[in-house]
Amino acid sequence: MFDDFFIRALIAGLGVAIVTGPLGCFVIWRRLSYFGDTLSHSALLGVTLAYSMEFNIALSVFIISSLIALTLIHLQKRTNLPGDALLGLLAHSSLAVGLVVIGFLTFIRFDIMGLLFGDILAVTVKDIFVIWVGGALILLVLKLIWKPLFASTVNYELAEAEGLNPDRAKAIFTILMAGIIAISIKMVGLLLITGMLIIPAAMARNISDSPQKMVVYSIIGGLLSVILGLFSSLEFNTSSGPSIIAAALFLFILSLFNIKQSIKLKN
Amino acid sequence: MSSDQNILVKLKDAGFQINDKWLVKGVSLQVEKGKIVTLIGPNGSGKSTTAKIALGIYKKIDGSVEKYTDKIGYVPQKISIDWTLPLRVYDFMLLTENLDEESINNALSLTGVTHLKNKNLGDLSGGEFQRVLLARAISKKPELLVLDEPVQGVDFTGEIALYELIKKISDELNCGILLISHDLHTVMSATDHVVCLNGHVCCSGSPIDVAKNNEYKALFGEKASQILSRYEHRHDHVHTNEGEIKKN
Repeated sequence: MFDDFFIRALIAGLGVAIVTGPLGCFVIWRRLSYFGDTLSHSALLGVTLAYSMEFNIALSVFIISSLIALTLIHLQKRTNLPGDALLGLLAHSSLAVGLVVIGFLTFIRFDIMGLLFGDILAVTVKDIFVIWVGGALILLVLKLIWKPLFASTVNYELAEAEGLNPDRAKAIFTILMAGIIAISIKMVGLLLITGMLIIPAAMARNISDSPQKMVVYSIIGGLLSVILGLFSSLEFNTSSGPSIIAAALFLFILSLFNIKQSIKLKN
Repeated sequence: MSSDQNILVKLKDAGFQINDKWLVKGVSLQVEKGKIVTLIGPNGSGKSTTAKIALGIYKKIDGSVEKYTDKIGYVPQKISIDWTLPLRVYDFMLLTENLDEESINNALSLTGVTHLKNKNLGDLSGGEFQRVLLARAISKKPELLVLDEPVQGVDFTGEIALYELIKKISDELNCGILLISHDLHTVMSATDHVVCLNGHVCCSGSPIDVAKNNEYKALFGEKASQILSRYEHRHDHVHTNEGEIKKN
């Protein structure tokens, strides 16, 4: 039953979950859900470019997502369009351009479903290496910018006034977001990466009363989702991404019962 | 009187505009160690803006700001905290600086909110939250405290106690304080220097000088001027002669 590919997928998935846990908390706290969507949609363009130029996929996705993030920050300053419109504009146009480019690449056979929803069969040893080394790097940087990033999430002006340089922390965090999308695209698929970021963190919010606890529960939730999701993916022959996200949703629903209990206790 | 070493922050002809509208213009002031500078003025006169210029929150400014310290505690006027964050008072105290347990407890007990330490920030009342904000700002033993309406929403007895605390902190830590307040009565007892704003500096000086100033009277009315001078008067008489207390 435990074929090699499954073990590889499991190791890769667990690596992704450890990183999406804390990043997902910040995505929820800073209300960046749609920002995550935009970056991951733009990842398709990165993937197609990687194929057409025979370039490393993770690196290509990382570069394209970072560029899209910087474009967004630039447009926010230059135009009068609201933030969500800009996000939609970038998300859908980069997705569309990505699909158009695929149309031109007739000489390559694309597994579109795998790209959109993840494919555990495709995880190689090299992918595992990218996930764990890249993930460790992301977590290390996140730890370094934790204080200013968290303080400015709570209140920007307090952080700025007391000398924490929140703008730099925000820019670095944006790059980290591009990084997690780049390393998790093969596992979860580009349509569902934001789910991997948000759902375990949302579950954790329901059962925690401090930021540290929320981060820890979010990681645990992500790990459980990956384990549950991959096993059911193997069992029912479903795509890995949707199976993991469905498992995360299941955990989220369970966490809702905890809220009801604590509200009862208060009354 | 004031040696340059004691200066913590100095604004020279500072101003700030948004969309070609000046929020405040031509403000010069300095805060020194152990001194309390109070900004007064009507709504929209640029008090908070001046504080934010001094703190470096506004960067594209006219004139200049020179800051000589990094150890700053700030109590903003408005603070909107997003309740998607699970944040206890304890976590909030550690927001910008890593403190030991003792410093946290000390600061919380000074503002009278030790019992709230493990409560969620979202569950606090306005006055309780204000005390926590003040506790957080003083807990890191700052050299410069910037307090924007620090006692808003605090009950009357608490208000007096907190102003006394602010005065005490300024003495004990020898830190400079830039204070913004509407409450002319209470503030004036501790203030060394008053700057009266109305889009620009309308007048400044010791509380008694400002109270006598005609522009101040025009801005706040005759009654406010009486408050200020009466307070000064009462202050003079209560604390004289080696602890002897004279009645007015």
